[in-house]
Amino acid sequence: MAPQTNIKPALSVAARRARGILLGLAIFTVAVAAISLMLGRYPINPGEAVAMLVNQVLPLDQTWTDQQATLFFHVRLPRILLALMVGCCLAVAGAAYQGTFQNPLVSPDILGASQGAAFGAAMAILLGLSSLLTSAFAFAFALFTVLLVLLISARARGNHMMVVVLAGVMVSSLFQAGVSYAKLVTDPTDELADITYWLMGSLTGASMEKIALVFPVMLIGCAVLFALRWRINILTMGDDEAATMGVNARRTRIVVIIAATLITASSVCVTGMIGWVGLVIPHLCRMLIGADYRRLIPASMMMGASFLLIVDDIARLATTAEIPIGILTAFVGAPFFLYLITRKKKI
Amino acid sequence: MSIEVTNLSFAYGNREVLRDLNFSIPDGCLVNVLGPNGVGKSTLFRCILGLNPHYSGSILVNGKDLRALSVRQRAREISYIPQSHASVYDYEVIDVVLMATGSELKLLGTPGPEQLQRAHAALERIGIEHLAHRTYTQISGGEQQLVLIARALAQNARTIIMDEPTSALDYGNTVRVLSCVRQLAREGLSIVQSTHNPDHAFLYSDQTMVLSEGRLRAFGDPKDVITSELISELYHVEVEVNSLYGDKVRVCVPLSEVD
Repeated sequence: MAPQTNIKPALSVAARRARGILLGLAIFTVAVAAISLMLGRYPINPGEAVAMLVNQVLPLDQTWTDQQATLFFHVRLPRILLALMVGCCLAVAGAAYQGTFQNPLVSPDILGASQGAAFGAAMAILLGLSSLLTSAFAFAFALFTVLLVLLISARARGNHMMVVVLAGVMVSSLFQAGVSYAKLVTDPTDELADITYWLMGSLTGASMEKIALVFPVMLIGCAVLFALRWRINILTMGDDEAATMGVNARRTRIVVIIAATLITASSVCVTGMIGWVGLVIPHLCRMLIGADYRRLIPASMMMGASFLLIVDDIARLATTAEIPIGILTAFVGAPFFLYLITRKKKI
Repeated sequence: MSIEVTNLSFAYGNREVLRDLNFSIPDGCLVNVLGPNGVGKSTLFRCILGLNPHYSGSILVNGKDLRALSVRQRAREISYIPQSHASVYDYEVIDVVLMATGSELKLLGTPGPEQLQRAHAALERIGIEHLAHRTYTQISGGEQQLVLIARALAQNARTIIMDEPTSALDYGNTVRVLSCVRQLAREGLSIVQSTHNPDHAFLYSDQTMVLSEGRLRAFGDPKDVITSELISELYHVEVEVNSLYGDKVRVCVPLSEVD
């Protein structure tokens, strides 16, 4: 057959480039994680870090102090794991939402997940609940908010996608008002600070218990989005065209929304609100690897993970008083993004 | 038969758009649908494509009742070529064509070498293989339309619906797109397209269908259907149909300009 002769080279150039970038991102992510394990005010040198990790599987002679081990396994490791997981989830949820809503300005909290979570967390803080219960409240309210948005939009008439986004914005503002009211009535010396701090987002509270809580949900959600990644391409063409190409757009969109909501809620509930990652990482990845979701989804996962980890390293190392990461993501990310879109040469 | 429509009626709420349509389109036939704006052409297409499920009457595509088919099964029988439009994201042309190969994949599957091969073959068949790795949003409107035709081919359905495929194209691209469609029908596909230009129906159709106020006004050989009287009445302009090149071609001329 004639086509074969000129297909092979053309395909392999594009595919090899994409594969190369994905491999590069994977190596970069692992490298960032390895370096982060050694960074910190309390010194742990590379040899000790590796020895402590190996010791979990193969018992070694102890060359590290118990204090180092405690810090390593209870503070630093969980924090780094959580940064990777949350960065991955927010970026991939953002990418998925941007595709299903055919709107590049959409971020993972478009359906109210963040504001709902913030309201839940504010309630829990007002009630004086523990950090773990605050997370549980935030998670439950995030899901409740998105469910509310979907129920409202199912009853509304008109362009379904437009209605979903509008309902999301409205319900979000409702819960935002709720959070503002909670801040108004709360005790300004103590609880107000907690709520404000939660709204700015932070990975300080990371622990293995929290990771164990959110990991299964995040894994399932990410796996679903990864599996549907090519179908999201088709959704960006619009519902009618998708249907004529054999894809039930509405059903696919609901599955994507559920998966993306679950991972957004699991992220927000343990870290508070971290903006920016879900909006901009997918765009950075598009510049790097193209719009095809088959590549965009894995690229967003890895770039989101490594980006949030780097920013969190800055958050915990740059100054003695930790800077909330929600502020830093914008400080670091926005100028970098502006630089990328204004420079002339393509990546 | 490629498409068989029996007693088809459709209404948006109380507004009746299609009324009691009956026609059948044989395999390998190129059909042009003529009619003024708002006469129900797009609604008819949406019904045949399964996008307006609440019609009354029956529609058979390649002998299969549309109502009995799932979204995926439908896509294997009939494909759709929309008017070229900007996509939100910058896909490569080959990725746009690949999108049509999903109806045969498992729910969580992604296209493999076989689908890729078919997408390239579709581009080749239209003669735009050189565009495969260009960015879809950066090629011309005419090229985009050809890409969407290639996409429909890659879907491997025997019947294709096109809604005003050339309305946004310049003269050269219009001719290129329409002769490409003509060629595909000769190769055995059934293609139904709507047009605003009766001259196109003469040049590029085996059968011409005329819709008027939601009813089938005429259906048959373009030379029988497109008469001075019918076009004048349909569009409310005085038109004379003239014959050129020993009646190989006919054209409509507005009389107000030649008197």
